[in-house]
Amino acid sequence: MKFYFKIIFILFILFAFNNQRIEAGEKNKELLKVDWSFKGIFGKFDRASLQRGYQVYSEVCASCHSMKLLSYRNLAEKGGPEFSKEQAKAIASNFELTDGPNSDGEMFTRSAKLSDKFVEPYQNIEEAKASNGGSYPPDMSVLVKARSGGANYIYSVLLGYDNPPSDVTIADGVYYNTYMIGNKIMMPNPLSEGLVEYNDGTKATKEQMAKDVVTFLAWAAEPHLEARHKIGFKAIIYLIILSILAYFSMKRLWSRVEPEV
Amino acid sequence: MSDHNYVPSSKLGKWFNDRLPLLSLSAHLREYPTPKNLNYWWTFGGILTFCLLGQIITGIVLAMHYVAQADLAFESVEHIMRDVNYGWLIRYFHANGSSMFFLAVYIHIFRSLYYGSYKSPREVIWIIGMIIYFLMMMTAFMGYVLPWGQMSFWAATVITNLFSAVPLIGESITNWLWGGFAVDSPTLTRFYALHYLFPFLILGLVILHIWALHVPGNNNPVGIEVKKPSKDTVPFHPYIVIKDLFALLVFLTLFAFFVFYAPNLLGHADNYIEANPLVTPTHIVPEWYLLPFYAILRSIPDKLLGVIAMFASIFVLVILPWLDTSKIRSALFRPLYRQFYWLLVLDVLVLGYMGALPPEGIYLLIARVATAYYFIHFLVILPVLGFKEKTIPLPLSISEPVLNESIDGAQNNKMST
Repeated sequence: MKFYFKIIFILFILFAFNNQRIEAGEKNKELLKVDWSFKGIFGKFDRASLQRGYQVYSEVCASCHSMKLLSYRNLAEKGGPEFSKEQAKAIASNFELTDGPNSDGEMFTRSAKLSDKFVEPYQNIEEAKASNGGSYPPDMSVLVKARSGGANYIYSVLLGYDNPPSDVTIADGVYYNTYMIGNKIMMPNPLSEGLVEYNDGTKATKEQMAKDVVTFLAWAAEPHLEARHKIGFKAIIYLIILSILAYFSMKRLWSRVEPEV
Repeated sequence: MSDHNYVPSSKLGKWFNDRLPLLSLSAHLREYPTPKNLNYWWTFGGILTFCLLGQIITGIVLAMHYVAQADLAFESVEHIMRDVNYGWLIRYFHANGSSMFFLAVYIHIFRSLYYGSYKSPREVIWIIGMIIYFLMMMTAFMGYVLPWGQMSFWAATVITNLFSAVPLIGESITNWLWGGFAVDSPTLTRFYALHYLFPFLILGLVILHIWALHVPGNNNPVGIEVKKPSKDTVPFHPYIVIKDLFALLVFLTLFAFFVFYAPNLLGHADNYIEANPLVTPTHIVPEWYLLPFYAILRSIPDKLLGVIAMFASIFVLVILPWLDTSKIRSALFRPLYRQFYWLLVLDVLVLGYMGALPPEGIYLLIARVATAYYFIHFLVILPVLGFKEKTIPLPLSISEPVLNESIDGAQNNKMST
């Protein structure tokens, strides 16, 4: 019977492997891989990278991409960029939004507070499309989870801009990207050397900015990742110990049953 | 249930038990004579009970925060993930819980197939089990729609559209299911209502499933009837309880790995994109546990016949007790059946893989062969095998050492114990 198990297992693996190859074949190129600090059992976000990532997001991406699921208070919460409350307040106060109606029935403009959601760059999807050649810049709140390949995929696309090969013609307002499915992307290359000036003196190379902003997006998509990893480790250790105890209790109880089966 | 002679020790207990024999029931459950040679494949009944209760409890908590309205559903799920205390844990438990539930139910079903647990006198247990399985698939499908991501929306569209294949009234049926002319808010709301209802139907059926089990008692790896109680049996408590508990804890460790370290591995990235009726995803695939049926559906060129084949693939399981003509239950004593059994396992795995791949070229061909073999296994091989197969002599009882090491099935049995 072991023999059958082996055959089935091997065939299964072969199929799985084949399957992956096919899926990879649809994409154009193996994604760039980064050793993300938030991967793995003890994975945590790099605080400084998150803060820099927020800077890249707000200075580069935010003019087109909304992050409507995040609130300014999240920026000061544990497990995130952990800006101080004052810093987060100051960030929020840079944005204006329409609130109301007030007691006179008028809508009014006020600056954002910690409890507000990130102010969106456009009033609605139609405006976003009209401003971007007809294509809608996706909301980035859960973008990392919404793309297969996740963080590596976004990172690769950010660095994947290139001149199209001679046999590929690209229409106006469309750009060639090595990692984008179909190689065509409506977003112009967002990053260039030294585009932002980091407060902490980190050199703003393209790779650095891409890494920082993807770290920020990964946190935005999964804000409780650190708590999850921490609780998960404890839970699994607990379960393993309990399993061992249950195993020996079982052995002891069953030793009464003769003959043991 | 043979414990009518149970008498509670306290006066109050006796007074109560005479009016509602709950204490007798609990005594029955404790003393329930269980074959002592059950291996770990038998622990999945308990694991499944845990899965069902886990899904119900986490589901009720999720329902307190979820909004079943097309414009709000996606964001309400994200609200759970971000702002509800431990909402991420509850949702990931629920989402991965469905995968774990199906993993356990497939092991449970294939265990039954291997050891012939569906045969007389356990046909009713098996049929109730199949109804539970069918309801589980419906519940899981509707649950998958609730986050209202792209896969939710398009899976709902594809599956509900299947009913349009029904001649004459097909379109009316789909419109009736949708509550409109396309999958939209009314569809979402009714799926939510049913997704909340069905688990309780399943719970009721599980109680019947266990009740029906307690009439003839458990089958066992040797597949012979045991005298109950006898030296071949042990009382359910504490022997089976501790064994089930140990297996459950090991299972939970795997479960926890998914929940805490790979919560989205079994899901599809597209479902984190909010539903958009104007954009169709490149590949619409169901959750992994429905893939074999999806492969059967797509391997038939005609839509109506495809739907019929898909439902038939479950129906052949329902009538399995009468398709399998062999009187011998356990595959340990059926050398030929054992081989066909593993072929079937392989066949279903292949179907699952083909369900995940686009239905074209060689994949479509493989899916068709696998679909054909699936039906041949149940409709041709099993009925014929019962007459042709030369089986190995059965032992007289579990304790009698007729099983010897030369039977490789017995080794397998050892391996898994």
